[in-house]
Amino acid sequence: MQRRLPFALSALAAGLLSAGQAFATELTMYYPVSVGGALTDVIDNLVSEFEQAHPEIEVEAIYAGNYDDTRVRAMSALEAGDAPQLSVLFSIDLFELIEQNAIVAFDDVVQTDEEREWLDSFYPGLMENGQLDGKTYGIPFQRSTIVLYWNKEAFEAAGLDPETPPENWQEMAEMASAIREASGDEQWGVMVPSTGYAYWMFQAFAFQNGHRLMSEDGTEVYFDDPAAVEALEYWVSLAKNGAMPDGVIEWGTLRQNFIEESTAMMWHTTGNLTAVRNEADFDFGVAMLPMNTQRGSPTGGGNFYLFEGSSEEEQRAAMTFIRWMTAPERAADWSIETGYMGVSPAAYDTDALRDYVDTFPPAAVARDQLEHGTAELSTYQGGRVRRALDNAVQAALTGQMTPEEALRQAQREADGVLRRYAR
Amino acid sequence: MQLYGALLLLPAAVLLTMFAYLPTVTTLISSLYLPGFRGAPAEFVGLENYRLLFDDPTFWKVARNNLLYALGTIPTSIALALAMALFVNARLPGRGLVRMAYFTPTILPMIAAANIWMFFYAPQIGLFNKLLGALGFSGVNWLGDPAVALYSVMAMSVWKEAGFFMIFYLAALQAMPPELKEASDLEGTSRWSFFWRVTFPLLMPTTLFVLINALINAVRVVDHLFILTKGGPNNATNLLLYYVYENAFAFFDRTMAATITVVILLTLAIIATLKFTLLDRRTHYQ
Amino acid sequence: MSTLSSFSPGTAHRFRTWLSLETIAAWLLALIWIFPLLYALWAAFHPSEYMVRFALFAPLTLDNVANAWAQAPFARYYLNTFALVTGVVIGQFVVCTLAAFAFARFPIPGKNALFLLVLIQLFIFPEVLIVENYRMVSELGLINTLTGVGLPYVASAFGIFLLRQTFKTIPQELEDAARIEGCGWLEILWKVYVPLAKPTYLAYGLVSVSHHWNNFLWPLVVTNSVESRPLTVGLGIFSAPETGVNWATISAATLLSIAPLLVAFLLFQRQFVQSFLRAGIR
Repeated sequence: MQRRLPFALSALAAGLLSAGQAFATELTMYYPVSVGGALTDVIDNLVSEFEQAHPEIEVEAIYAGNYDDTRVRAMSALEAGDAPQLSVLFSIDLFELIEQNAIVAFDDVVQTDEEREWLDSFYPGLMENGQLDGKTYGIPFQRSTIVLYWNKEAFEAAGLDPETPPENWQEMAEMASAIREASGDEQWGVMVPSTGYAYWMFQAFAFQNGHRLMSEDGTEVYFDDPAAVEALEYWVSLAKNGAMPDGVIEWGTLRQNFIEESTAMMWHTTGNLTAVRNEADFDFGVAMLPMNTQRGSPTGGGNFYLFEGSSEEEQRAAMTFIRWMTAPERAADWSIETGYMGVSPAAYDTDALRDYVDTFPPAAVARDQLEHGTAELSTYQGGRVRRALDNAVQAALTGQMTPEEALRQAQREADGVLRRYAR
Repeated sequence: MQLYGALLLLPAAVLLTMFAYLPTVTTLISSLYLPGFRGAPAEFVGLENYRLLFDDPTFWKVARNNLLYALGTIPTSIALALAMALFVNARLPGRGLVRMAYFTPTILPMIAAANIWMFFYAPQIGLFNKLLGALGFSGVNWLGDPAVALYSVMAMSVWKEAGFFMIFYLAALQAMPPELKEASDLEGTSRWSFFWRVTFPLLMPTTLFVLINALINAVRVVDHLFILTKGGPNNATNLLLYYVYENAFAFFDRTMAATITVVILLTLAIIATLKFTLLDRRTHYQ
Repeated sequence: MSTLSSFSPGTAHRFRTWLSLETIAAWLLALIWIFPLLYALWAAFHPSEYMVRFALFAPLTLDNVANAWAQAPFARYYLNTFALVTGVVIGQFVVCTLAAFAFARFPIPGKNALFLLVLIQLFIFPEVLIVENYRMVSELGLINTLTGVGLPYVASAFGIFLLRQTFKTIPQELEDAARIEGCGWLEILWKVYVPLAKPTYLAYGLVSVSHHWNNFLWPLVVTNSVESRPLTVGLGIFSAPETGVNWATISAATLLSIAPLLVAFLLFQRQFVQSFLRAGIR
């Protein structure tokens, strides 16, 4: 009996082991889509390609709406004890995810030098929103900057040089007014969206005016600084001078507005690039955003996160998947399919993306702009803080408050919310 | 036999307790606590959350929106429903088609209706502004102008609800004795005064019934906001229940959500009292 | 009706003019009311460049429908909604029948107070208590399941109320006759009450089906994945404006998700209207 017991045990162990090998590791991930085009198809195809290459891992990718919806779904699953092993969430959800103990740092999961090298292979500008206290929590995936799309035919019709986009704020305002006038008030000069991600657009204006809106540790914001007020005043002036329509401009339908030529310029995420390219039946260009005291755009978009509570085996599988998804060739494909940035310099060195950029130079604008990039607005209680800023922007654009009043109020609200987080 | 009856009630009782009574009580309780900061245990704070809520200008704005929304949609829906019922109760060519047209919005999901109306409202490229443009008017930013957005949302709600209320009026009209009408025709009473002196008073119980339903819906139905405005711009179209959703699921502030829920529950309690005192005393309630 | 001819010609004339004005108003209102749906049909079956261009001979296309179908798992959403609605209605029938029977025929101490307590739920809907109900469903481990979506609605005060009213109108003699034949309580319920309440079941069923087919907020909160999302939530996520999906495709998706209920309504209009009516008059 005593002799046979170890044997029985080891047989059992062997049985379990082989059972473990027979069944694939199952991963669940949530991901958002916030731009046009059939991006869910692109993701589904990538996932099934991955599964063919790695038959031992199965990935269920769940499309869950926009960035906010997706965070809600992932957190809800976590709360219900059914956490995903990984997800693509808003890069700026970092503080809230940490506060809710939802995620683990990649530093604690990487094992080999090769993996550590991989962790360092991305554009540093895209890592800013994913790091806290020297640890990396977010790996860039569907990342963007805001770019300026312009309709070359509209420029030509207004007597402007179709190949020259506005270089600075003043030029943009002048060009926009000229277009409006030349079209007999048929076409707007420029549209900057102010629903959905109004705070993001505002951040671009502020940064172009030399101002950052938040502290690095996510505990303080600087909304009512004179430089920020000036930035909002400029935004509002675009509408006051008749170059941009009054009231808020819908993020979601803006691309359609541009396609239907109801505006000659738009500010939008580079993630829309491929959709615009497919749909526009006129010649268009893409440029970096105009500058005031400096160039600039916040980065934006979604990062890969690893969730708390997975087994070691699942974590390894998730790492395999994320590394596969962010490998240069995939990053290149993804960038070509969508317009999002290739997340690493190596992606732009692949033949595919190099050729694509050669034939379609707009594909590189977002990357080139990265050197003028800044981290996206990210704080503790981010939902509330961003909403306060969104409301201020909307209040100013709709004439309910002056830019200064609106930003002061947003500052007060944000201060109240962040009171407990000061370090 | 008593035991048997109790057994029959048991499944309903358990479910009602789980999803109506118990949550009501726990909502009340959690509105009196503040969750611990960074893992600290929850702390009893009495009415502190209510003080915070009443200090929150957004809450007042949202409450005011909801009141406006009720005041704007309910009388309009009821008047239209009554007109519709009178129309299709009269001898009207194509009556069946007309009735169908009135009633169809009722069976559409709010989400689907909002999708359709989104196309109407879109500035520059939406249908309404294209039509206005064709007539030589400049367009309106239907959902993007805080002075207009709430009314745009209301218009859609009225469209969605009027047909539903119509059928109750229709039923009441059909139950009215035809002799009344004949007598008044003989007397030469104008249709207008007949309506105000006879029809409308007789329809009072129906109106009250519809009113109660409309009040409940004004609190309960916020689905369209998810598509049309998400409560914006600058909270111009935010309604109480949507604000609860935002607090609970977008800001992770379950406590504030519970506190607002209590306000909603109180509103519903007032509506319920109205119903049980006003309506049931006056109608045949067996 | 023959009295009409005895009116003076002047009155009759004025009456006719009034009537025609009324007819025009009625038809105009009807047109306005049906227009959004017609517009959705137009947008769904024409190429997107005809969204705001109404040409009589604009080419028809099924591409939008095909796109919508390909871009989101609508088949699965149909299945979910169908299972959800079926489950909820069956559950409601069983639970509400039992409770209504008890309220209608059993001597239970404090019955009136209990009944009033039930009626409270006419005002407190599961979606109003969204936070706590979410917590409850979460504790039961039912997040992201169709059971979780449906369960809070199963004990419906409305159903109990409606069935109780109906049961009360059924003559005691029928019950007594059945008892003499040796039927037990459940048998009496099944053989006497339920068959006689068929119209009520139909009415309640139709109302309940429409309600749960269209319900959005609660399912949105409880479901996380394609496996449990009903049509409304699928549609809401698919067509959220920020995804910037092509409008024609959204129209097609919208029509896809309302089609079954709409067709059923158009075929059985009378039953629908009467059900809503019967169910509404409380």
